[in-house]
Amino acid sequence: MEKKLPTIEIIEKYCKGCHICVEFCPTKVLEMKGFVASVKNLEACIKCMQCELRCPDFAIKVTA
Amino acid sequence: MSFDYDKYLRPGKLPHIWCPGCGHGIVMKGLIRAIDTLGLEKDNTAIVSGIGCASRLPGYLDFCTLHTAHGRAAAFATGVKMAKPEMNVILVGGDGDGTAIGGNHFIHACRRNIDMTYIIMNNNIYGMTGGQFSPCTPTGALASTTVYGNPDPAFDVAKLAIGAGATFVARGTAYHATQIDKLIVEAVQHKGFSVVEILDDCPTTYGRRNKYKSVIEMMNRLKDVAVPVKAAEKMTAEQLQGKILTGVLHKEERPHYTDEYAKVIARASK
Repeated sequence: MEKKLPTIEIIEKYCKGCHICVEFCPTKVLEMKGFVASVKNLEACIKCMQCELRCPDFAIKVTA
Repeated sequence: MSFDYDKYLRPGKLPHIWCPGCGHGIVMKGLIRAIDTLGLEKDNTAIVSGIGCASRLPGYLDFCTLHTAHGRAAAFATGVKMAKPEMNVILVGGDGDGTAIGGNHFIHACRRNIDMTYIIMNNNIYGMTGGQFSPCTPTGALASTTVYGNPDPAFDVAKLAIGAGATFVARGTAYHATQIDKLIVEAVQHKGFSVVEILDDCPTTYGRRNKYKSVIEMMNRLKDVAVPVKAAEKMTAEQLQGKILTGVLHKEERPHYTDEYAKVIARASK
């Protein structure tokens, strides 16, 4: 059965590039692309929501 | 499932003013989730603040909000609570605002046990005004006004609150994001003056001067120093050296001010 992938929306207008989401993602789904965070490896996402919880800038929305 | 923060935020206010990596945003999200869990109505909830980085928080929230004079959040909030005792009153502010300039208001609000919740975001410094040392700056730390190291010992905000008579005192950190909403929920439900101290990071004015290479290093420090109260019971004094206790630190029941004042009114109008 194909794994249902979540959607990770990054609102670039709000992202201040603090690296918190990239560093504290347990499966290294995110990376920094220039100044803002971006999704590198969506397949690895375990929907733990740590990035959304810890983003101080309301810039990440994870929909499982 | 993604949490819908937008329904509690004033439209068009984001992005907020806080620096990259500042924990205040994490605390604001925790407060929003707590309000959602408690089901507080927007028209029946007042969020009051003084001046400072942390005190900008109410400006983003779509509730009854008051942004008052420096350190006077507790004074204004007392006025709100006395005029409308049925209202949920939540105070927010930083360590400088709450324990230095507003120190007097803070201790007397604790003593009176007014049914309000005070969220103190302790980032060890005055961030907005340029990194001056606050009463919560650790001994030896560098600030723009202590360039050779701070000679003063720091306030323990939780102990100060307990000593002054607050009936609910808890502590969390910006790193432990899910704990923040749980502590705030418990604090708001408590009848009496409740204080929630959240250890926070200020990468711009504190971290930069005190050899923290990045936001991540500051967040990891919060992770390392925090010890839950229950875990601390099994630890030796040596193991607890340099650690900070988190969780609910103090809880007691005591008559609270609005009830007591209603009795005064009843006695006077006989």
